[in-house]
Amino acid sequence: MNKPLILTLAGLTKRFGEVIANDAIDLTLHQGEVLALLGENGAGKTTLMNMLFGHYTPDAGYVEIICEDGTPLRLPPGQPQAAIDARIGMVHQHFTLAENLTALDNILLGSESLLSLRRHRRAARAKIEGLMQDSGLIAPLDEKIGALSVGERQRVEILKALFHDARVLVLDEPTAVLTPQEADSLFVSLRKMVDKGLSVIFISHKLHEVLAFSDRIAVLRHGKKVGELITADADKNQIATLMVGEETALPEREACDVGDPVLELKSVTVRRENTRNSLNDVSLCVRAGEIVGVAGVSGNGQSALAQVISGLERPDQGGIAVAGKVMPAPTPKGMIKAHVGRIPEDRHHDGVVGSMTVAENLIIERLDAPDVQTRGFLRKKRIAEHAKELVQAYDVRGPGIEARAALLSGGNIQKLILARVLEQEPLVILANQPTRGLDFGAAGEVARRLMEARKRGAGVVLISEDLDEVLSLADRIVVMHDGQLIEADTRDRAAIGLLMAGQAA
Amino acid sequence: MVIEPRGNISRGVQMAIPVIAALVALGLAALPLAFAGAPVLEAYKQMFIGVFGSVFSFTEMLTRATPLIFTGLAAALAFKARLWNIGAEGQLYLGAMGAVAVGSGLIDGPAVLMIPLVMIAGAAAGAAGMLGPAILKTRFGADEVVTSLLLNFIILIFVQMMLEGPLKDPMSMGWPQSEPILDNAALPQLIPRMRIHMGLIVALVAAVIAQIALTKTTWGFKIRAVGENAAAARHAGINVNRTLLGVACISGALAGLAGVSEVAGLKGYLTTDLSPGYGYSGIVVAMLAGLSPMGVVIAALYVASVFVGADSMSRAMGVSSYLADLVVSMSLLSVLIGSFFARYRIRFAGKAGASQ
Amino acid sequence: MMDMLQIFLNESFWVASLRIATPLIFGVLGALLCERAGVLNLGIEGIFVVGAMVGWMSVYAGAPLWLGVIIAAAAGGLFGLFHAILTVPLGLSQHVSGLGITLFATSVAQFLYRTILPDVSSPPRIIPFQPMDVPILSDIPFLGPVVFQQTAMTWLALIMVGVVWWVINRTPLGVALQAVGDNPDAVNAQGLSVYKLRIGAVVAGSALMALGGAFLTMSAFDAFFFGMVNGRGWICIALVIFASWRPGKALLGALLFGMFDAFQVRLQTEAGAIVPSQIFLMAPYVLSIIALVIVARKAEYPRALLHPWFKGHR
Repeated sequence: MNKPLILTLAGLTKRFGEVIANDAIDLTLHQGEVLALLGENGAGKTTLMNMLFGHYTPDAGYVEIICEDGTPLRLPPGQPQAAIDARIGMVHQHFTLAENLTALDNILLGSESLLSLRRHRRAARAKIEGLMQDSGLIAPLDEKIGALSVGERQRVEILKALFHDARVLVLDEPTAVLTPQEADSLFVSLRKMVDKGLSVIFISHKLHEVLAFSDRIAVLRHGKKVGELITADADKNQIATLMVGEETALPEREACDVGDPVLELKSVTVRRENTRNSLNDVSLCVRAGEIVGVAGVSGNGQSALAQVISGLERPDQGGIAVAGKVMPAPTPKGMIKAHVGRIPEDRHHDGVVGSMTVAENLIIERLDAPDVQTRGFLRKKRIAEHAKELVQAYDVRGPGIEARAALLSGGNIQKLILARVLEQEPLVILANQPTRGLDFGAAGEVARRLMEARKRGAGVVLISEDLDEVLSLADRIVVMHDGQLIEADTRDRAAIGLLMAGQAA
Repeated sequence: MVIEPRGNISRGVQMAIPVIAALVALGLAALPLAFAGAPVLEAYKQMFIGVFGSVFSFTEMLTRATPLIFTGLAAALAFKARLWNIGAEGQLYLGAMGAVAVGSGLIDGPAVLMIPLVMIAGAAAGAAGMLGPAILKTRFGADEVVTSLLLNFIILIFVQMMLEGPLKDPMSMGWPQSEPILDNAALPQLIPRMRIHMGLIVALVAAVIAQIALTKTTWGFKIRAVGENAAAARHAGINVNRTLLGVACISGALAGLAGVSEVAGLKGYLTTDLSPGYGYSGIVVAMLAGLSPMGVVIAALYVASVFVGADSMSRAMGVSSYLADLVVSMSLLSVLIGSFFARYRIRFAGKAGASQ
Repeated sequence: MMDMLQIFLNESFWVASLRIATPLIFGVLGALLCERAGVLNLGIEGIFVVGAMVGWMSVYAGAPLWLGVIIAAAAGGLFGLFHAILTVPLGLSQHVSGLGITLFATSVAQFLYRTILPDVSSPPRIIPFQPMDVPILSDIPFLGPVVFQQTAMTWLALIMVGVVWWVINRTPLGVALQAVGDNPDAVNAQGLSVYKLRIGAVVAGSALMALGGAFLTMSAFDAFFFGMVNGRGWICIALVIFASWRPGKALLGALLFGMFDAFQVRLQTEAGAIVPSQIFLMAPYVLSIIALVIVARKAEYPRALLHPWFKGHR
């Protein structure tokens, strides 16, 4: 590599309590280079970048940037300002934008002295407009962020970094919220900037885009760097093995007899101010023994669909029926009673009460059940026995059934929710992003359980923004775009990608 | 400097924090005492004697603790569901008014009938006082902190109006006070020639029931779930609004009982200075108790001791009895700070990263 | 009906409206600053009491009026700093801390008052701010007396509306303040300190609240009484929601409130014989609740309000 070195990470280590998120990781980056940081969810990619950017203070190790005059500069740990001064820019997975401010204000935030009595925006605006021209990343500068689409927000984030003359740009899972087509245009824009000398680290767990866009690949697994290779020489299978470790095969797909409809949505419409939460004339039929995959870029109405099936949102029009019985005014309780099991998207926020115990979280959906209470009094002993059985059966690991649920890891919280839902042998299972943020083992476990339920005869609605997951699990695929559901008669990635973007294949 | 959450908090630490906080607040009282020019140690001694010096003074403390147990329970239950009932002061007056309306001659009967009737009337009035803000919250999304606070002022003025109007005692020679509670509607004294009355027993029973309800019933389970994570509770099929309205009623009823206890157990008639802020002190009691009903009893005894001790010290040494309010408010802030150190650990990192 | 019209045409009604509105203007602006930065400050009621007591006491002890104003603001800022430390870096419950500050500040003021003046039966009086008699301008019919015969503190309140508006909407500091109340991560990512911005806003806001209290003892009246604040702080917390956290609307809300209060006082003298006077006394609190209920559903709270933010958490 004859390009000059620009950045060195040496021995970076970060612990969160007992968990070692990053274990002595070394990394280098050269000018005008695209380095892909590849790894499964939970491999420690984001943590590493947060240390680079000063959001986390490392427990050991340092970050060194080579200044333009060639002198090395070690960054003081835990200071975002130092990273900004060293002209490192980061685009987080969760955008760090204030929604009540305009795009322009967000970009200028922190660039002017706070003691200044007025703002000097004309020169800054000219500079940003120049950057938009050069890169092709166009965003409406005078709109409030709250009114922008996800793609536009991402462009604002990148412009923010470029405005601060970033020499190094870090992108954390930039395509997770984009359609394949949007992702391609983003890569085109980035390539333009890289050719002008920008250096990029981009974090991803999607092999195909890493291979298409990067110059060099570093692979992380369980917080350790397990390999580094030049993209041009890389072999796809070799990288996959590095990333995943020992192969955990997906469960065999057995043919299943598809039975009667267990969940029917007829012309369901939910009108909300925000299109992200709206549904427009959605019909869906799920039969016993099949998994219906709902693909789509998040924010296209999936959460509204999930809320309707969960009983949290009442449709403005249209109806919903479970096992042939129409639910006139669905409520969460009504859905549970109708044997609809629900695995929520945000498992920490909606799935468990973190400060209550594991045992309590296991019975929270069945407070009326006779083995949980008699005349309103909780049967503590029975509840504890029940919890022990479930924790064992579903391999929920943690400090015990009397510990607060918040102390469990994400994967174990998900197993807890699975245990709670599946033990009731539901007719319908709504699984909303069930493997997001889980490590490979836990994700495989979730997939196995869903397949098992399918075999038992449950109808599963699987909402996922990970197209690979949908392709591997679903018997039938529907695509969600702009509040509408479209049946995909194909399993072809590109064709489904077009549907996700709202274009007929 | 990094703030890290701790794992499970041990029971010992949980119990120790309010005790330490109370002691710190008492210790800090030395500053205002010194500022007032009083001999500090002597002042502490007077406070101690004021509570534990005689049977009478001890029963006075218990008498003072009675309404605090009620208002403390009112706050603890509501806060447990994260319903900010700051209106216990107003609900207390509503309860007292309910008791007076029923118990001062409207109807008459034997004590076994009249006492429960007076209590039910007061509890119902108090419940109605918190049901309003709770409905405004669940129906319209109006912040119950502000509505329940403002309602305190409205209710107090309403009490004034009633005392100058329908509830006015014609024999009071122009003083704004209600007709006295009938003898067979009054809560009986527990010990002859002491002011301690049956209200204390009722308060203790209420605390025990609240403790059982909160920890051993599905209703308590729902309250805790709603308070800790309303979104997850709703998702799991718990009717959040109904739970909140239920808690609001119980919380208001408890605060109302504080008013019944004061007016029917102690004062005998209603005036606008029935409560020296028991509703607000109840918040302190609840926080010191870590929102545990049995803890409320102990915390109420502490707060009552501070009030009675400071009163007695004030009479003996001429230091303003507002010292008590100072100590009570400092206890609240201390226990709040204490809860931080229970939940988080502060680690001074940074050196480790830089030295390598 | 004619009588009612008479009330509105009377200039003294408008003078009174503005006078009643003044402490609320300070209070709402203060609460607005805190909440825009993401911190609810229920210490407001106690900070009003402290401002009222400390400002008045300083002047009684011989300080010039304006020094008293400054001392009151500083005392308010100090209690605000306490609240800010508990709620910002320590991230403790803003509700409980605020109520604690109110109880603490109130008892500090009352204890100090009783300790410094143990023997007085009625509080000693000071010479408060007098209505400014701006030459020429105050001779303008109607407008002259209403606007130009207010005290200097009312003027200060009106000026502060402009200052706060300017800072929030026209300066980089204001942009950062809005951002920290919406998404602290956005502020942190740009290298600004979330803690400093929030603490600064709470201290400044609390100083403004204290000025609202100081107005009561140094301009509206000339002495300190227990219970004189009487829920004005809480009313400000309702008004700031009514004003959707905007300085201009805050002024409007406070003025409407002042008008209503002045109106009911006059109505009381007219209709006092028929309706119990307490009905009128209740009116401001009832009005606040109604205002809150009307706007509650539509209110767009600062997104980060009540949410503590910790550095380096995941």
